[in-house]
Amino acid sequence: MNLSLETIEDVLLVRMRGELDLETAAKFRVLVEEALDHRPGLKHLILDVSGLSFIDSSGLGAILGRYRQFAERGGRVFVVGVQPGVGRLLELSGLFRVVEVAATAEEALARVQGEVGSVDG
Amino acid sequence: MGEEEPVNRFSLTFPSLAPNVSFARSTVAAFASQLDQFTLEDIEDIRIAVSEVVSNVVIHAYPKGAGPVRVEASLYHDRVEVVVADNGCGIADVEKAKEPAFTTLPGERMGLGLTFVQAYMDRVEITSRPGEGTRVFMVKRPGSGVSKGQLPEG
Repeated sequence: MNLSLETIEDVLLVRMRGELDLETAAKFRVLVEEALDHRPGLKHLILDVSGLSFIDSSGLGAILGRYRQFAERGGRVFVVGVQPGVGRLLELSGLFRVVEVAATAEEALARVQGEVGSVDG
Repeated sequence: MGEEEPVNRFSLTFPSLAPNVSFARSTVAAFASQLDQFTLEDIEDIRIAVSEVVSNVVIHAYPKGAGPVRVEASLYHDRVEVVVADNGCGIADVEKAKEPAFTTLPGERMGLGLTFVQAYMDRVEITSRPGEGTRVFMVKRPGSGVSKGQLPEG
């Protein structure tokens, strides 16, 4: 599992490559929590899963956990670049009903940044 | 399954450590691929089911640390049979454990592991004795399982 994190203003963009399971979900959770500790102003999350070749219920749980974390901050959570194999589990688990879906990170970013109003009022 | 002899079989035992979840699903998937009739989607279904069951052993079976997990697979002309067994604490209520969204560890656990296993495999039998261990027996036939759509009735 390879994770790369990037912050764009108040957006955390996480690119995932490899397999998100019990072991790697823990790594994902820790890295996002470290990013939030380091930059408390982060509000939205974009997960680029285009490089994800496998996910199971542990991985889905980790995404749901991060969704809750960012939703509590009033932020939006996007999953982008969903491939069919990963997509059918996102659908089966109901995660598609809570997260927003975009084709690419750029599209998700444009949608977040296109919000009416300023970031901190 | 009668007296039929498998075409091929393997058995391996490893400790219930998180990195072995990936090892177990990759091994069983590679083994099942020997049956040409399995589609890539069937193999993916097997990969998910093994990942869920072995994850359950890692998470639940040995509360005081790691213990042995045994994985066996038998390949027949028309199916693969997979057994995942442990000598751990067992499941208090197997029927309850199979319910969608049931988990004894709320938080990041969605309680969907066994639901996925039942959705993706043709047959799933769970036998468990508290204090003695759990055995999950699964069968996958080519071209089965759910590719899309909703969870089966719980």
